[in-house]
Amino acid sequence: MNGNEYRVKPGPEGLLPPAAACCGVVLSEKGQGLVEGALKSENDTLRVMARELLTRQNPTIFPGPLVLWAWREGVADKAASVLELAHEIPGVRIIPMPDYRPIYPKIDPEAVINPCHPNLTIWHNKIEVCVFIGVHCHFANITLKMIRAGTNCYTITLCHEAGHEDSMASLPFADANQVRALTETIRQLKREGLRPRYADTPGILLTAAQEALSQGLVWQPAPVAQ
Amino acid sequence: MANTVNQRVVTPEHLLFEAPRTKAFITGSEAASEAVRRANVDIAIAYPITPQSETMERIGNLFAEGYIRDYYRAEDEVGAFSAISGASRTGVRCMTASSGPGLMRGLETIASWPGHRLPLVFLIMCRVINAPLSIQPDNLELDYMLTSGNILLHGENQQDFFDYTLAGFAISEKCEVTLPVAVAVDGFFVTHARAWVEMPSAELKLPPRDCYSEAVPMIDNENPPVRIARDAPIQKSNFISYQMHAAWQQEIHAAHERSRKWVSRYINGLVEVVNPEAETLIVASGSAVSQSREALRQAEEMGKKVGLIKVKSLRPFPTAELRAACRHAKRIIVPEFNCPGWLNREVRATLYGHSEAKIADGPRVYGGITMPTELILEWLFKSE
Repeated sequence: MNGNEYRVKPGPEGLLPPAAACCGVVLSEKGQGLVEGALKSENDTLRVMARELLTRQNPTIFPGPLVLWAWREGVADKAASVLELAHEIPGVRIIPMPDYRPIYPKIDPEAVINPCHPNLTIWHNKIEVCVFIGVHCHFANITLKMIRAGTNCYTITLCHEAGHEDSMASLPFADANQVRALTETIRQLKREGLRPRYADTPGILLTAAQEALSQGLVWQPAPVAQ
Repeated sequence: MANTVNQRVVTPEHLLFEAPRTKAFITGSEAASEAVRRANVDIAIAYPITPQSETMERIGNLFAEGYIRDYYRAEDEVGAFSAISGASRTGVRCMTASSGPGLMRGLETIASWPGHRLPLVFLIMCRVINAPLSIQPDNLELDYMLTSGNILLHGENQQDFFDYTLAGFAISEKCEVTLPVAVAVDGFFVTHARAWVEMPSAELKLPPRDCYSEAVPMIDNENPPVRIARDAPIQKSNFISYQMHAAWQQEIHAAHERSRKWVSRYINGLVEVVNPEAETLIVASGSAVSQSREALRQAEEMGKKVGLIKVKSLRPFPTAELRAACRHAKRIIVPEFNCPGWLNREVRATLYGHSEAKIADGPRVYGGITMPTELILEWLFKSE
């Protein structure tokens, strides 16, 4: 606890829920995490993240540009650690946030998540738990606010910087070691007897758009609602 | 030749608090330029018109000496403030300065900086807003800055101008902040007058801006994550796009909240409290603090106990600190150098429901008038 009673719970919270930072939620220091607005140890935070990822509907990883391109030393290893994480979450999907530009007339929610319309990807894929990693903090923050406003998705952030008050569980200064620590925590929960919700669905699930691409078919974006 | 290449990089903490300091008797403009000398600035951009002050001209000299890497003179304030937007987006450390009418001319651009998450330092030497034409001090322009989204520090004297300017760069570039920091002082009283200023060695400088560890990508066509331009959202789509704009604005306010920790760390708290047990309090910022200190001394000679709260940071505003400091107050006055009384308004809004003190609607001077200590004393003890 950080002396503040405001709790950052999954939504939908309504049209414009306040920014958690304006309700007294403060960012954690290195070695700590934030769970629903309260300061926790890193280990406790990782256990909460692991449990939510294994038990909620349609777990999805949203990798951002900071891990999608090997733009500086260490990023390729971090990207590899994200794939290792994905392989430990049965039934997980990976939908990238490759950039932040508005996509018109409408995004393809099976291809990307976009900070202008993040709700569309959450709603379309019925995602109830997600991990953001490698998204620049400003765009992660506005995306998290909109997801909390309009969806029931449990948001997890593995932040390369100071973390995010508006996600339900956030770990700051997360490099490949922290990602691998989450992977190991997931393995530990399984060893302790937690049966994943999608235990019978091995590996990473592809969306229809991703499936089409993987089969070499000509991909067409999802039809635009008129 | 002494220049930025030969300076040694130290942490902001070392430069601000640990490095030995020596005293110099200098003007506020000189104090600001001495801060910039130690700030590892890449580019200064200005429309260096008098009577803003000689600050940007002195910073031009720093460019000639090799302490800053580039210097650009814009065609007017709109040009200067737009150019610094571009400079900040490319990831370099940058600063500019203005005042009064010039600031008002560029206000639309100033108000766009926070939304674009642009780290930079903006020095303000307050002066009258026209008309009628005047070049005298008056800090009315800070009223407009209060809702601009910029972090806004208000220095009391030449020493504050030096320290807050250096601190401004460190605060502005923190990832969870990533906002412009405006450092204001009252023109002429501070910019043109000399005072003793303690400064660390000019052989030291801040670390360079770490532009790859900020809240938004900067424009760098050589690095793939940044080839993605940071287009602002255009509200031509549907409901969600409007919601994105709303969330974007919320995020600026959230960043202000996150900045509290760093503002407090780098300028030693958002407020300074003198005589906290007093029931009669002065709340002031800027040069009004100096006049209030003297009024407080004169009140003590008269055997009266008066407290003083110096508000150092206007944005973020020291809400919790002010409420705590005014807990036992029975009477509060708010001396200001402007006609509408923007600090008075802030104090009333902050203390509403949190203090039983009677808050006087003044004293205020404006249009270039100085603040006599007799006026403060008269307002302090009016009710008696």
